[in-house]
Amino acid sequence: MEYAVELRDVTKIFSDRSAGRDVRAIQHIHLAIRPGEFFTLLGPSGCGKTTTLRIIAGFETPTHGEVLIQGKSMASAPPNVRPVNTVFQSYALFPHLSVRDNVAFGLAVKRVPRDERLRRAEDALALVRLPGQGRRKPTHLSGGQQQRVALARALVNRPAVLLLDEPLGALDQKLRKEMQLELKELQIQLGITFIYVTHDQEEALTMSDRIAVMDRGFVLQVGDPVTIYERPQTRFVADFIGESNFLSAKVDSAEPGRVGVSIGGRRFFAQIDGAPVSPEQNVTVTVRPERLTLHRANGTGEAGLVGAIHEIVYIGTDTRYVVKLTTGERVVARIQNVAGRGLGEYRVNDAVSITWSDRDARVLTG
Amino acid sequence: MRRRDLISPGFLYYALMAAFLYLPIALLIVFSFNDGRTLTFPLKGFTTRWYEQMLGTRELIDALWNSIALGIVSSIVATALGTLAGIGVSRFDFPGKRAFLALASMPLVIPYVVIGVALLLLFKTINPDLQLSLWTVGVGHVVINIPYCMLIVASRLAGFDAHLEEAAMDLGATYWGTLARVTLPIAAPAIVSAFLSSFTTSFDEFAVSFFLIGTESTLPIYLYSQLRFPSRLPLIVALAAVIIVASIILVIFSEALRRVGRPASRTAEA
Repeated sequence: MEYAVELRDVTKIFSDRSAGRDVRAIQHIHLAIRPGEFFTLLGPSGCGKTTTLRIIAGFETPTHGEVLIQGKSMASAPPNVRPVNTVFQSYALFPHLSVRDNVAFGLAVKRVPRDERLRRAEDALALVRLPGQGRRKPTHLSGGQQQRVALARALVNRPAVLLLDEPLGALDQKLRKEMQLELKELQIQLGITFIYVTHDQEEALTMSDRIAVMDRGFVLQVGDPVTIYERPQTRFVADFIGESNFLSAKVDSAEPGRVGVSIGGRRFFAQIDGAPVSPEQNVTVTVRPERLTLHRANGTGEAGLVGAIHEIVYIGTDTRYVVKLTTGERVVARIQNVAGRGLGEYRVNDAVSITWSDRDARVLTG
Repeated sequence: MRRRDLISPGFLYYALMAAFLYLPIALLIVFSFNDGRTLTFPLKGFTTRWYEQMLGTRELIDALWNSIALGIVSSIVATALGTLAGIGVSRFDFPGKRAFLALASMPLVIPYVVIGVALLLLFKTINPDLQLSLWTVGVGHVVINIPYCMLIVASRLAGFDAHLEEAAMDLGATYWGTLARVTLPIAAPAIVSAFLSSFTTSFDEFAVSFFLIGTESTLPIYLYSQLRFPSRLPLIVALAAVIIVASIILVIFSEALRRVGRPASRTAEA
């Protein structure tokens, strides 16, 4: 299969002249993005996600490695000849041009006849639900509207790949949620490959077909949202995407796909995807807060880990219980507030035990 | 509220400054209409004859045209070079950029007298037989105006997102296409403003011109040469009044242009 975008062992080193040292922005990145895919680069600021996007767009040249778009090497291709368009975080709308001329910019550069240009610009504005706004200046539009103009300006060129650099970063929460759904619908409708950069894990989970989680210049894990959330391979991924509990454990027995571990002197089973482990090895076991079950402890023969409620936080849909275990570790459990469960079920200092299903616990080695 | 504003210390400071700056100019304009040869009170009555005499003085009109031509030509060159330098420092990163900026801004702090002498020396070193003329003055005016032009254009561009040029290239424009379609249009008000302020500087400039001028005169040089004749004093006053009013109009216009469509004036909508 021909990939929409392929990165082969791409490394980018910036030389910081004032500090007199080199900064490794991204290192040995391998990515293969399929046509029509909504692919997200997710990570904290400084993880190299924007640099990766800028290398695909052609604004940065890789220090090492190769970028292919639709199977063609982009080694000597400047940004203006690549079949990609970018939606910038700052929108970068041309302040001296009207909304319509902004949208038609790419067509004007390609010398598309005026009539077709205007028609396609108006179509693109209708697509992003800004019909008839073409005569206004972009500075007179709201942030959300500017965002739509930036989107229309890129889409009007019918790119093979659309690059989006935190396009919703400047919008308020409610508008963000709306635009997430709208962007996703648009992507499905147009069938264009989207490469989307964000630091917002919820946004990534909501919109993406696949996510690449990045940290400190490396891609840590690539997978669909369910895999990324349910089967994180490293502590960073488990911690960055959603909320996770981490428990120190020792391996008792290693079976294929299943590991017996002891946590606080009790035996549990956990799933494993990453590097194989051997008995007696110290590992970390992770469980999501919403997969934990709390039980009132009565002091005899409890199943699971024992501790006391340390802190209670009401967060609307759920109640968040922080439990201090007898081992000294802290664990967070999220209990949904339904039918007498959740809020008010426990008080601070109540003795509780915690259990979970074997399939919800994972052994992390990275 | 209004009354309090009038007596506020801020207003007093401002009034003091304004009086210091503009009292001489006001006086100049008053005396240019005074029907008398000496510049003393009491005023003798209203007349426009100094202005009429001014228009009738052949050498004065020649000097005026020289100054205008000199201002236009030298400002076009200074604006072109300054604009390129301004785009360079605001849109590119290159080794030695800070040193370049410092060097390019140097004429701002070097006394014009020194620049005048230095250029005279340079011309005479290159070609001892070189005839000084308006052209040599023009070179001097280009030198003193480039830094202003560069800073005016660079400060305008600094107010705009550097991603604008990337966006243009992303949309298919070449570097030159981007320059023509984005960079120059957004810099345009600053470019015009740079031209106007160059022209104003050139029009008023005396020191550099004095060293580099040949047999022709510019307006300031002519003014100075006429000071020897006491009878010409009222005429000079009228001329100075014309120059100052024209200069003020140009400066106001050029400042207004610098503010056109700046992102800072955008309302907070984002």
